[in-house]
Amino acid sequence: MMLEDKKDGWKALIALAPALLILIIFTFLPIINTTITAFLDNWCYSGLVNATEKVCTEYNSAGTCILWESPKATVSIISRLTKIFAFRHSFNGFGVQSFVAVLSDTYFWNALKNTFLMVFISVPVTVVLGLLVAVALNSIKKLQGFFQTVFFLPYVTNTIALGMVFQIMFTNDNGLINNIIESLGGVGVNWIGVGSSYWAGMFVITMYTVWNGLAFKILVLLSGLQGIDKQYYQAAQIDGASKSKTFFKITVPLLSPMIAYIVITSFIGAFKAYTSIISVYSYVGNDAMGPSGNPQMLETVVGYIYRHLNLTTPGEVPISAAASLILLLIILLFTLIQLWVSKKKVHY
Amino acid sequence: MNDNLYFSDPSEMKRYKIKSICFNILKYGFLSLVGLFIIIPFYWMINTSLKDGGNLATSQGLTEAITKQFFPSPIRFANYVEVFQVSTNFVRYFLNTLLVSVCTTALVIVTTVLAAFAFSRLNFKGRDTLFTILLMTMMIPGEMLVTSNYMIVSNFGMTNTYWALIFPFAVSTFYIFFLRQTFRQIPNELYLAAKVDGKSDFAYLWKVMIPIGKPAIITIAILSSMGAWNSYIWPNLVCSAADMKLVTNGLMSVFTSQFGSAPQGQVAASFLVTLPLLIMFIFFRKQIMSGVSRSGIKG
Repeated sequence: MMLEDKKDGWKALIALAPALLILIIFTFLPIINTTITAFLDNWCYSGLVNATEKVCTEYNSAGTCILWESPKATVSIISRLTKIFAFRHSFNGFGVQSFVAVLSDTYFWNALKNTFLMVFISVPVTVVLGLLVAVALNSIKKLQGFFQTVFFLPYVTNTIALGMVFQIMFTNDNGLINNIIESLGGVGVNWIGVGSSYWAGMFVITMYTVWNGLAFKILVLLSGLQGIDKQYYQAAQIDGASKSKTFFKITVPLLSPMIAYIVITSFIGAFKAYTSIISVYSYVGNDAMGPSGNPQMLETVVGYIYRHLNLTTPGEVPISAAASLILLLIILLFTLIQLWVSKKKVHY
Repeated sequence: MNDNLYFSDPSEMKRYKIKSICFNILKYGFLSLVGLFIIIPFYWMINTSLKDGGNLATSQGLTEAITKQFFPSPIRFANYVEVFQVSTNFVRYFLNTLLVSVCTTALVIVTTVLAAFAFSRLNFKGRDTLFTILLMTMMIPGEMLVTSNYMIVSNFGMTNTYWALIFPFAVSTFYIFFLRQTFRQIPNELYLAAKVDGKSDFAYLWKVMIPIGKPAIITIAILSSMGAWNSYIWPNLVCSAADMKLVTNGLMSVFTSQFGSAPQGQVAASFLVTLPLLIMFIFFRKQIMSGVSRSGIKG
């Protein structure tokens, strides 16, 4: 056919050029750079850091700066161009030094533990709650649009701003939550303040994560429910099937592709938790992931990656790169497991 | 649906009706409870932001009695004005975000439309391979890219410039995929007719594909512009100068310094940052909700 035979090589080049150019610089090259950096021992950045300040361009083996240069004018454009490749900076050969450093770092294991706990608590809670809400929403006629809009609100808010509101609600003295607990005769809890416990903090983070993530799940599940043919339900009603039986034998199986999709995206999203936690603990200082005095208590893997992302301190970037490779591996593994499980269980 | 059809026995019908009323109470009760859970933080944000703790610049925080109020009394709207007086850069943060949001969205639309056009309408060697590679990059967590991007941006002296905030986000493989799906649904007959009329491929894109794909393009524009109001990590890394921050970064620094002891100022600032998104939602509710559910973008 004529459409299949036509050749549009040059047109395609023009159409794809803007997208590809940016993707090469900001996606493809970084994938290669990060992977290489993780395997370069003692890698350290030797390019420009800040255009207006003096920058270090050479370090000695101990990591102290031996050559300071000022503004970008002094660094030639050629040198700057070549320095977009990780291997054009200084390092001591190939090796797995940064992986050893990451895997022997107790902070990394702490971050891994925190991330896994958050994932395995928040994802099931959000998905089950989202499913229940979607089913209830789908079966009502009055106020459906109203409830749908209300449930969607957290999606169109700023994660940092609302995290700070949660922080205020969970304040120790006269915070909303403690006030309610005390007015019911209970004793206020130190949720996120100085010396607060691990599980108190985890509870607040989980609440916020569920609150924040529910909107998306309800929306997707509801649109899935609305796509189910009404005939199945009429047939079940004629057969006299109970509501719970209808739910487990018709709704869940027919909705399973949507559920599988939601579970996979939620898992990946939860593994990357970061802003929701730093916003709740913003009173401690920028980018803290725990209460005052223990700012790494609830640090996640992504938090660990960003804490080590420091161009001016030698040896930090490879650690960050190695940790991000480990994160990629974990995410890939989970996605594969879930795809495998859903192939067996999902009803299409 | 007429319930009478299914019941011959009136007492059984009565039982069914009572059961369904109970079920309805349960359903509405459950939905209201979850709704309350969703609304409370919003309510508490607005409530606290209007509480009276004196002039924000000198405020020592709220008294115990005022903190406990479920409704602010007296209501103090001046908090919102004083946020801008205490944090003089706040207006600048909004303008920065607006600029970055508009520029990024404009670039995203240009690159997305052109790339989706190439992948859906043009024939070239390696098209499917290239598309598969693009899809695969969607799996890569952004955290893996940040290190190198930071390095590149620093190296070209682009830290603390708008370029650093705009360029890395000027393409989204996800939107390309999304728009390609829309473009592929356009029937070939239209293309053949355009060819008979002597139209070039780019004229066909402009006159036929873009008008047909308009709803999808609008969805992309809305979702993409909302992205800038939510981004935190990247701007925090590359734009540390006081006048180059975006709203979220500004909010974070304002929160930890200037309003440290005045919660009413903190939440007033939070509400102001959330407001543009809520306004977008009021105007584009249908597009946003259908866009998110169709494209499945994770927030």
